[in-house]
Amino acid sequence: MPAGTLYRGREGMWSWVAHRVTGVLIFFFLFVHVLDTALVRVSPEAYDDTVAIYKTPLVNLMEYGLVAAILFHALNGLRVIAVDFWSKGARYQKQMLWTVMGVWIVLMAGAFYPVLQHTLRELFGS
Amino acid sequence: MSTTETTESKTTDGPDGPADSVALYDVDHPAPVIEPPRKRTAKTPKASRGNFEMQTWLFMRLSGIVLVVLVLGHLLIQLVLDGGVSKVGFAFVAGRWASPFWQVWDLLMLWLAMLHGANGLRTVINDYAERDNTRFWLKMLLYAATVFTVLLGTLVIFTFDPNIR
Repeated sequence: MPAGTLYRGREGMWSWVAHRVTGVLIFFFLFVHVLDTALVRVSPEAYDDTVAIYKTPLVNLMEYGLVAAILFHALNGLRVIAVDFWSKGARYQKQMLWTVMGVWIVLMAGAFYPVLQHTLRELFGS
Repeated sequence: MSTTETTESKTTDGPDGPADSVALYDVDHPAPVIEPPRKRTAKTPKASRGNFEMQTWLFMRLSGIVLVVLVLGHLLIQLVLDGGVSKVGFAFVAGRWASPFWQVWDLLMLWLAMLHGANGLRTVINDYAERDNTRFWLKMLLYAATVFTVLLGTLVIFTFDPNIR
């Protein structure tokens, strides 16, 4: 590859990459989630047995990761809409990305205990 | 400046740049007209793809705004409030789907999220699958999985029976 032709975008490119990756991950989870919910039409036991998997420590941690992906995709999606429809959106896209990351960190900190409380209580008692 | 030698136009550079371009064409020797690259001509096929891509672009933004409310509300109820994931089970689902409000909420969320995600993955496939055959079959797989999942989820919401045994 000739020198100097590799595109290395900054905030704009990396937020686009993160939006893609989180979007694909969320979509694959959605397939699984509709299938597991469909088990309510089989029997209450089949459904409860499957939901028990969601309550194991590893999968509970993955739920926190799912919340992280969805929150980023939602907040950055609103930023994309602002870039497209707000007349000054493109000029402030960087500032909006740092706002997105700031709100994301606050919400992730707030969601830590509520989402993981099942595992935390199981592992550390009380 | 060789071009200026054959004409009577001024040969000094003006404020708009070199005089060469001024000297090449005049009223008697007009510049050739270049057709705009995307102009519709007699050769352009009548049946075009319309503005499908513009409509999907708009759909992604409109459905995205609605999904922010529906999905974040769903996460709040299922994973954050009232003990997190601990309380989720058949009885919890039965309690929520006893209300038409949450049935409509979940139905709308299912359809919008699946269509939003399917269109997103369509874009990803179009971007990275370079062979025509690969791209075609990946999209067929995507569409089949999407139709199946949307119909299954819709059926489950409409036929849910809390007294199933």
